[in-house]
Amino acid sequence: MIEVIGLHKEFEGRTVLNDINFTFETGKCNLVIGQSGSGKTVLLKCMVGLFQPDKGQVLYHGRDYHAMPEKDRKEVRKEIGMVFQGGALFDSQTVEENVMFPLTMFSKMSQEEKIERVNFCLKRVNLTNVNKLYPAEISGGMKKRVAIARAIALNPKYIFFDEPNSGLDPQTSIVIDDLIAEITHEYGITTVINTHDMNSVMQMGENIIFIYKGQQEWTGNSQSIVESENENLNNFVFASDLFKKMRQSLREKK
Amino acid sequence: MNILYHCGKYFIFLTKVFGKPERGRVYLRQTIIEIEKIGLGSMPIVAIMSVFMGAVITIQTASSLSGGWIPMSTVGYATRESILLEFSPTIIALILAGKVGSNIASEIGTMRVTEQIDALDIMGINSAGYLVFPKIIAAVLINPFVIIVSMFLGVFGGWLAAYTSGILIPSVYIDGIQQQFIPFHVTYSLIKTLFFAFAITSVSAYHGYYVNGGALEVGAGSTKAVVYSSIVILILNYVLTQLLLI
Repeated sequence: MIEVIGLHKEFEGRTVLNDINFTFETGKCNLVIGQSGSGKTVLLKCMVGLFQPDKGQVLYHGRDYHAMPEKDRKEVRKEIGMVFQGGALFDSQTVEENVMFPLTMFSKMSQEEKIERVNFCLKRVNLTNVNKLYPAEISGGMKKRVAIARAIALNPKYIFFDEPNSGLDPQTSIVIDDLIAEITHEYGITTVINTHDMNSVMQMGENIIFIYKGQQEWTGNSQSIVESENENLNNFVFASDLFKKMRQSLREKK
Repeated sequence: MNILYHCGKYFIFLTKVFGKPERGRVYLRQTIIEIEKIGLGSMPIVAIMSVFMGAVITIQTASSLSGGWIPMSTVGYATRESILLEFSPTIIALILAGKVGSNIASEIGTMRVTEQIDALDIMGINSAGYLVFPKIIAAVLINPFVIIVSMFLGVFGGWLAAYTSGILIPSVYIDGIQQQFIPFHVTYSLIKTLFFAFAITSVSAYHGYYVNGGALEVGAGSTKAVVYSSIVILILNYVLTQLLLI
């Protein structure tokens, strides 16, 4: 469980996040949604420690991440996996070396054990026969899956996804969404997904926070989103005719 | 103020670079890889430049002295001194600032804009240490050997010019390069090389590490890396020469 309490962040006097309070629950897909520039990525970066918030706390199972000494923070970081928008795979390393990297740095496994773990992680994300390829030699969807394999290599307690579906076709997006949901439920991970993909919201939204212009505008899940009367949320989620019709039909069914 | 800001930021960066490594074995492996990239990868350009510069220095000196009262063996002496004192340590360092410096800055800069450095940080790895420390150590270890090879090839280039152009009898050139040899000049050159190697790698890495933006900024960072590491080399060259030779 990750609790965000009163989080506030400014850049050069411009408020990007203001008084965010939210609990990201264990074993659930927690979604952060909002328009581009609403502050989603800044929230994620504050949570993982890439940005220092100006005010507020981020508690990882009760441990105040930003208040703890650097040594303890490093220990918490070992429990965190992150999948970046572009994958952020190391260009100079093969797929196998990328997935093996956190194991090499932080585990005491033998080389055979590491290879076994890498193969397990790659198989878990449905990738085979790519071990010796470089990131430049695989597709965007495969890169995302390799990044997920790298993120789960050390059995993390928390995984952050920054727009996991960006740049992917709808079919591949669904595959990635399913994979994230499966991993979250299978290993009981606290998953935080930053997205503006409405399919993902409807498919995986077990616990959602909607950020509008840096403010926490709405919280709920994929069921309650349909019934919400929040104008900003509706304008964002049901912007397309397709989603408007879908909402209409869901409301009529109820 | 801007210079002071960057100086301060550079020294803070160095404290991160020399922080405790997470896994020494991994750093050692990276250092060996960097020795190959930085040292052996630079050998062809260093060899070509050294041979031709040695040859040109010999021809220029010989043409200036021909017909005069100064003995022609002075050509060998002048070529040796030029190569040992200045060409091999300093001019080769400036060439390496262009080749190695831009490579380091663009490599680290690209890692920054593609969030690979953020990925390292989130894993709990000291990204500055992991990426930069092996490069600095590799350059400091291998560059003296590169410069020694450059010295030999420069002097050999001078002999080759004497032999092929006929401007000077090769045996006279050989006599010249043995005149008034001061071994400390080699030590002085190698001391300079150590400082230059540190400056090239650390200044370039600094400019790559703090790139902010996209491809355009990576290019700008790479250019700044070459310009500032060259300036630092020239300043260090003056300071070290004054300290060691006077």
